[in-house]
Amino acid sequence: MAAVVLPGGRRCGTFLARGRPAVRRARLALRVLGPGGAMRYNEKELQALSRQPAELAAELGMRGPKKGSVLKRRLVKLVVNFLFYFRTDEAEPVGALLLEHCRVTQEEPSGFSISFIEDPERKYHFECRSEEQCQEWMGALRRASYEFMRRSLIFYRNEIQKMTGKDPLEQFGISEEARFQLGGLKA
Amino acid sequence: MKLNERSLAFYATCDAPVDNAGFLYKKGGRHAAYHRRWFVLRGNMLFYFEDAASREPVGVIILEGCTVELVEAAEEFAFAVRFAGARARTYVLAAESQAAMEGWVKALSRASFDYLRLVVRELEQQLAAVRAGGCPLPPRRPRALPPKENGCAVWSAEPPAGARPGPAPPPLPPRRRASAPNGPLHAASFARLHEWYGQEVRALRSQWLRSRAQP
Repeated sequence: MAAVVLPGGRRCGTFLARGRPAVRRARLALRVLGPGGAMRYNEKELQALSRQPAELAAELGMRGPKKGSVLKRRLVKLVVNFLFYFRTDEAEPVGALLLEHCRVTQEEPSGFSISFIEDPERKYHFECRSEEQCQEWMGALRRASYEFMRRSLIFYRNEIQKMTGKDPLEQFGISEEARFQLGGLKA
Repeated sequence: MKLNERSLAFYATCDAPVDNAGFLYKKGGRHAAYHRRWFVLRGNMLFYFEDAASREPVGVIILEGCTVELVEAAEEFAFAVRFAGARARTYVLAAESQAAMEGWVKALSRASFDYLRLVVRELEQQLAAVRAGGCPLPPRRPRALPPKENGCAVWSAEPPAGARPGPAPPPLPPRRRASAPNGPLHAASFARLHEWYGQEVRALRSQWLRSRAQP
């Protein structure tokens, strides 16, 4: 049972050796990399975003994707294309999920899960207090991506153009932007 | 704060058209040097890579709530991405030409989700207005006309005596959010969408005709 030096120079022997060594090792590795993991991002701005008015906010049961995760009560808040989750008595979020290329699936009578296209088996589970609340959240989350907004814009633009013969984006001065062209869409 | 970075990285590198891309110089910190990085704008996320061939972004600037402005800097074609707040950081970037700088400033200042949502809502309203005030459907003549109790046929051009002056217009179909689940936006062809909306209009119209024929 070797002693392990934790960040900060603290030593920990027996305590660390017990339990699940793989998990402990992984946690230490993450700390060595830094709180943000490998990719840098402007955390302060993300925190500020979490304080903006929400599209939807509620206390839900939440279970992380790792095997053996426990259901916890979290304040869940949808702001633009991010889903923030807070401990119910804290002002700063525990975490955030970017909602691009995600899939929202119904789970049991009044719950749903969010998974991402690059790892569909890795699911974040949420439990609602009613079927109605569950449907409300699922609908809102499916509409909450930038990509969904973009497709909506292209759809409306096309419809209006067909009915009136005019491009409604011209008034905004954005009709030439590549991101709003039909040709740019992929399934 | 935890963040689903793998999903972010996927969003950065997935096989879909980007909103803008190119080399920019990024100032490391207040007194640091500029580093040349490959920048990719997708949605409201500005990713930067070591170079154009890198598979993983070095980092990302989440653009929600930012303002973009030109700056006076030693570097030519410089601009800044600024955030509100006491200790908020300002990102100073520099392009390699005047045209590139202008392109980036325009793209970044319109990149927020909020802005896009505003435009979408505006178009949604415009489409509803166009539909409401648009050409009415030509009345269809059914083959057999059952006589009504007061002797007036359903399709009579003359309103029955004592009826309300002028026909009331049919009720508008409920405002449909294109964003409803299983709504029309799942890559449906125009013909299918036309048929789908048409069904609702036909149903409403026959409902209106039935109610109008009541004494």
